[in-house]
Amino acid sequence: MGTESVVQAVGLVKRYGKKTAVDGLDLDVRAGAVTAVLGPNGAGKTTTIETCEGYRRPDAGEVRVLGLDPVRQAAALRPRIGVMLQSGGVYSGARADEMLRHVAKLHAHPLDVDALIERLGLDSCGRTTYRRLSGGQQQRLALAMAVVGRPDLVFLDEPTAGLDPQARRATWSLVRDLRADGVSVILTTHHMDEAEELADDVAVIDAGKVIAQGSPDELCRGGAENTLRFTGRPGLDVASLLKALPPDSAAAELTPGAYRVSGTVDPQLLATVTSWCAQHGVMPDRISVERHTLEDVFLELTGKELRS
Amino acid sequence: MTSTTGTTGTPGTYAPKPGAAPLPRMIAAQAALETKMLLRNGEQLLLTVVIPTLLLVLFSAVDIVDTGEGKAVDFLTPGVLALAVMSTAFTGQAIATGFERRYGVLKRLAASPLPRWGLMTAKTLSVLVTEVLQIALLTAIAFALGWSPHGNPFAVLLLLVLGTAAFSGLGLLMAGTLKAEATLAAANLVFLLLLVGGGVIVPLDKFPGAVESALGLLPISALSDGLRDVLQDGAAMPWADLGILAVWSVVGLGAAGRFFRWE
Repeated sequence: MGTESVVQAVGLVKRYGKKTAVDGLDLDVRAGAVTAVLGPNGAGKTTTIETCEGYRRPDAGEVRVLGLDPVRQAAALRPRIGVMLQSGGVYSGARADEMLRHVAKLHAHPLDVDALIERLGLDSCGRTTYRRLSGGQQQRLALAMAVVGRPDLVFLDEPTAGLDPQARRATWSLVRDLRADGVSVILTTHHMDEAEELADDVAVIDAGKVIAQGSPDELCRGGAENTLRFTGRPGLDVASLLKALPPDSAAAELTPGAYRVSGTVDPQLLATVTSWCAQHGVMPDRISVERHTLEDVFLELTGKELRS
Repeated sequence: MTSTTGTTGTPGTYAPKPGAAPLPRMIAAQAALETKMLLRNGEQLLLTVVIPTLLLVLFSAVDIVDTGEGKAVDFLTPGVLALAVMSTAFTGQAIATGFERRYGVLKRLAASPLPRWGLMTAKTLSVLVTEVLQIALLTAIAFALGWSPHGNPFAVLLLLVLGTAAFSGLGLLMAGTLKAEATLAAANLVFLLLLVGGGVIVPLDKFPGAVESALGLLPISALSDGLRDVLQDGAAMPWADLGILAVWSVVGLGAAGRFFRWE
C-alpha cells in the first residue's frame, strides 16, 4: 500500500441488476510492474478493469487509480492512463494510421506515431479501413492507441486474444519495453503462458473476488506439490532415501523400479536425490522433474468445470 | 509481420509523459476526423448530397408536383435546404453516432483526454461544416436554375441554426437509446416520411386541413415553411416557425442529455 501502488481497490462491489459481477474485491497493484489479472469467463475481470478505468461506478467499496477516484476525478485521470478495450473502439471507416494519429493529437506529448506504426507492423494495414483489417491488425491498433499518449499506467484487456504467435511476441516485447521504461501495465489474459512469461504479479479472480495474488513463482510454489521421478533397479531402500530428504518430502516406489519423490522440488532436492543414488550405486534413469505450471495452479484454484 | 517480432525500441522511448492536448486542439482534431468519416461514407453522401440535389434538379425541371404560383425552384429551394439540414443533423448524425456507440468508439473516446462535452461540440462542428458545404452546393445549383431569393439573411441563419439544434437533439436521442440497426432503419424511415409529409417538395396545403395543421408542427415543416416564408415571400421573421423549432430543440436536446447511453 501507499505511494507505490497504482491501483488500490478495497471491498469493491459491482452489480448488474441481480447479478453480482464483483463481490467485495480487494486488489493492490504495484507501480512499475506488469500485473496479470487471471480468471475464468465471467469471473469479474473486465468489470474490475472497467471500474478502474472509470467506466463503472462501484456499488460499494473504494477504488483509487494513481491515487485518483476514477469517476469523480476522471478528467485528471484520463490523460494518465492508456486503455485497450477487448474489442472495437475505432471508427469503422478510419484507417489505422489515421486513428492512431488522431488519438496522438488528443495528448500533449505523444509517442512518435510513425515509429509506433513500424514497431507494431501497422504499416501493413496501408489504406485499408478498420472494418476490413484482420483481427490481429485491429488488436495491434488498439494496443498502439493505448500507449501512444505516453501514459503512466496501461490497461490491456486480453491484448493477445486471437493473435498469431509472431504478433503475440511483438505484443510481449512492447509490454516488456513499457515496463523497462517505468510504465505500469495491467492486463487480463486467458493464456497462462503469457502470464508466466510477462507478469511480475498475478491476481487470480473468481466469482468477483481476488482469490490469490503473488508472483507466478510464488503461486506455483504454494499449494500443489511438485514431483520428481526416476527409474532404477527395483526394491531400493525408500526409507533411507526419505531420511536424506527434507522433512516435507515423500518418496515411494510406484511400480517396481519406478520412483516418485514429491515435495518442494528445487535444485537442492535434485542434488540430494542424485547424491543418494550415487552413494547407493544407483543410476537414476529417466530422471524428470514436474513443476506445477501456473495453469495447474489456476485450475486448482478455480476448479475444472466450464464457465459461462 | 516478421520485421516486427522482437524489435525493441530505444530505452526511454515509452517513459511516461502524460498530458491532455489543449482543449481547442482536441475539439478541432475530433471535428476534422468526424467530418472526414462522414464525407468518406457513401450512404451518408447519398442522403446528404445526392438526394437533395436530385430532388432540386428533377422537380425544378419537370413539373410533377404543383408547387403553386411562381417558379418551381423558388418553392423547392427552401424545402431542399431544410431537407439538407435534416439529412445531416438528424439522419446522418443518428446513424453515425449509433454505430460509433455500437462499435465502442464512444466508449474508447470516453477514456481519452477529450471530455464528453468536447466530443459533442466536435460533432456539432462537424455537422455545421457539412451543412455549409451542402448549402453552398445546393444554392449554387438553385441559382443556376434561376432561383431568386428574398428576405432577411439573419432570419435564414437563425432558422438553420435552430433547425440544426432540433434535429441534432432528436438524432442523438435516437442514437443514444436504440440499437444501431434500429437507429439505421428508423432514421431512414423518418427521413422518407418527413421528406413527403414535411412540406419539402409537396406543399402542406395538399393535405386535408386537420392533417395539415398537425404536420405543420413537425420540425421539418417548421424549417421548410419558415425558410419559404423568408426566401420566397420575403417575410421578416417567421416567429411561429422559430418557436416550433425552439420547442423541439429544448425537448430533443434535453431528452438526449437525459437518456443518452454511451455504451
